[in-house]
Amino acid sequence: MTFTTFIQHCLTGISLGGAYALIAIGYTMVYGILLLINFAHADIFMMAGYFMIFAMSSLPWFISIPVVIIVTIALGLAVEGAAYRPLRMAPRMSIMISAIGMSYLLQNLAIYLFSALPRAYPTIEPLKQNFKIGEVSASLVTFLTPVLTIVLVVLLMQLIKRTKIGMAMRAVSRDYDTSKLMGIKINRVIRFTFIIGSALAAIGSILYFTDRMSVTPFSGLMPGLKCFVAAVLGGIGSIPGAVIGGFFIGISETFLIAFGYSTFSDAFTFLLLIVILVIRPTGLLGETITEKV
Amino acid sequence: MKKFISVFLALIMVFGVVAIGSPATVEAADEKVIKIGVFEPVTGENGGGGFQELLGIRYGHELFPTVEIDGEEYQIELIEVDNKSDRTEAASAVQTLLAQNVSVVIGSYGSGVSIAAGELFNDAQVPAIAPSATNPQVTFDNDFYFRVCFLDPFQGSVMAQFAKEEGATKAAVITQLGDDYSAGLGNFFLRAFEEGGGEIVANEQFQTNQTDFKAILTNIKAVEPDVIFAPSSITTAPLLIKQARELGIEATIMAGDTWENQSIIDNAGAEAEGVCVSTFFDENDTDNPAAKDFVEGFKEFLNAEEEYLTKNGGDGVAAVSALGYDAYCVAVEAIKAANSTDSVAIRDALVDLVYEDGVTGSISFDENGDANKDMAYIKIVEDGTFKFLKTVTVGGDEAEADD
Repeated sequence: MTFTTFIQHCLTGISLGGAYALIAIGYTMVYGILLLINFAHADIFMMAGYFMIFAMSSLPWFISIPVVIIVTIALGLAVEGAAYRPLRMAPRMSIMISAIGMSYLLQNLAIYLFSALPRAYPTIEPLKQNFKIGEVSASLVTFLTPVLTIVLVVLLMQLIKRTKIGMAMRAVSRDYDTSKLMGIKINRVIRFTFIIGSALAAIGSILYFTDRMSVTPFSGLMPGLKCFVAAVLGGIGSIPGAVIGGFFIGISETFLIAFGYSTFSDAFTFLLLIVILVIRPTGLLGETITEKV
Repeated sequence: MKKFISVFLALIMVFGVVAIGSPATVEAADEKVIKIGVFEPVTGENGGGGFQELLGIRYGHELFPTVEIDGEEYQIELIEVDNKSDRTEAASAVQTLLAQNVSVVIGSYGSGVSIAAGELFNDAQVPAIAPSATNPQVTFDNDFYFRVCFLDPFQGSVMAQFAKEEGATKAAVITQLGDDYSAGLGNFFLRAFEEGGGEIVANEQFQTNQTDFKAILTNIKAVEPDVIFAPSSITTAPLLIKQARELGIEATIMAGDTWENQSIIDNAGAEAEGVCVSTFFDENDTDNPAAKDFVEGFKEFLNAEEEYLTKNGGDGVAAVSALGYDAYCVAVEAIKAANSTDSVAIRDALVDLVYEDGVTGSISFDENGDANKDMAYIKIVEDGTFKFLKTVTVGGDEAEADD
């Protein structure tokens, strides 16, 4: 492998990892607050892809992007309100099953509304410009994805550390019942978490699909599962962990294919999940919580 | 309760069979009729292409609705069944045809359903003629299956030959894991290209539903091939083409017959320019008088019916329509030659048949039941449409199936 090829692979891997990281944050944040694995997250990501197709058919790209983010947030809130809020006091397993149901509902709704045939993702011209540095060639979106991911994560960390709602989020994730007793409006915190998660999923979907150009009702399935693994790998509940996990999976997947093991690229991700759960169930950055009696 | 339901269902089935059976017997009494079964998908994933093929068959029936057997005029009746692009449905569709006592069957678009139906035709001793199924398995070891198109091994050789004629010495192959068409065709190309003195510099695979080809394309870019051969589905094509161009790969991208579909150009846009495909037929081919007449007549036939036009996507003539028409004509010729409505006699007639006026070239069958074809059409994408580039001829012996 020559140096240029190596750099080209790195670029592809980092870019894929960036998109994974943005989606993984959605998983990890909801888990941190609700102790719920939001299986519908991957399908919200897929739906955001369809929203972009419809928005771009009548609006220019710079209006479409905010529109898509807002509609995706609305969908995320609707899912939360319909499937999770009524079950707030139910056992965790019930909410989990409700999440799985929601995921299938969204998938089948997409099949019903948009058919299972792949739809071409619109081209966002400025993102698609081709750049050439020496022999390495890629579109702007490939360079932009990791940068944007890092910027968004830094902003998010600041928000959690420095604002009042951020403090409330940290409190709820530490101790749900006590924070409720202390007067924190739990539902507001949860809604806010879903707003951030869905917005990041929308941005992730724009970056991911601009590079891959076709959306089907099952487009969310594989990235969703991989991002879930990324969140577990980094330590579920930890935002920097999700980012590290996302990049790790994106890069290792790309290099596996590059070395000719494309047959095993998906298997590797899930093998990783098993290994992590066996060796270090809390993930790379997760903290061990001792159960109090 | 369960017993009641099963009795009820059984009764429905009995009445169903009686209902299907009765009109046919009435007709037979009125006039001499010979039945040709049409076994095509008009729904499911191959519904679009299957319908185009069906249109060719219907057009043939409109031109030649009768056949003379033993000095008597027989009406040809088309019995159409939909195999729904599904292997399980295919079996029940075949049973419907056989229950109607068809003398010969035409179909199907898609090799998978044809392979599934092959055994049934063989057991019932009814000959079948496939218009466009290219997989060797369709006719292999089956005395009753014939086909009027070329095969994947031949197609692979044609593209290898074409690549060589264009001056390519280094080729890369991209195929889909677990897909018979893609893997088979890729392999045949690979072998033929190496035999022709070329070098295969990369042989990459991707998984079904994969949408990101950057890693394999980066590997391919590094070895600088002159051509990339990537036989795959219509949905994969635009992604592959666009990502290759984005990475700065300038090699000619080539594929097999499936890529001859306007949706690829619609989705890939300007990047599709220069993509080459092999196909069975070209509507602008003026050398063959039969083809010229067919194109004119078929366009009129399409324009007469609104439904045909919309489902065909305009009045372009698809290669599969031409093959459907040829398959129908071959069936009629075989009935004439056999001078009988007996399916086994028709099968024997097919073996020795030479049909000169084929729209897609002259048709005769080898010992496998495959059409002896030595020529394919190469088309190139130019200004947003498929343009005829040239014909490529390969020696017949290379077209033999060997697995």
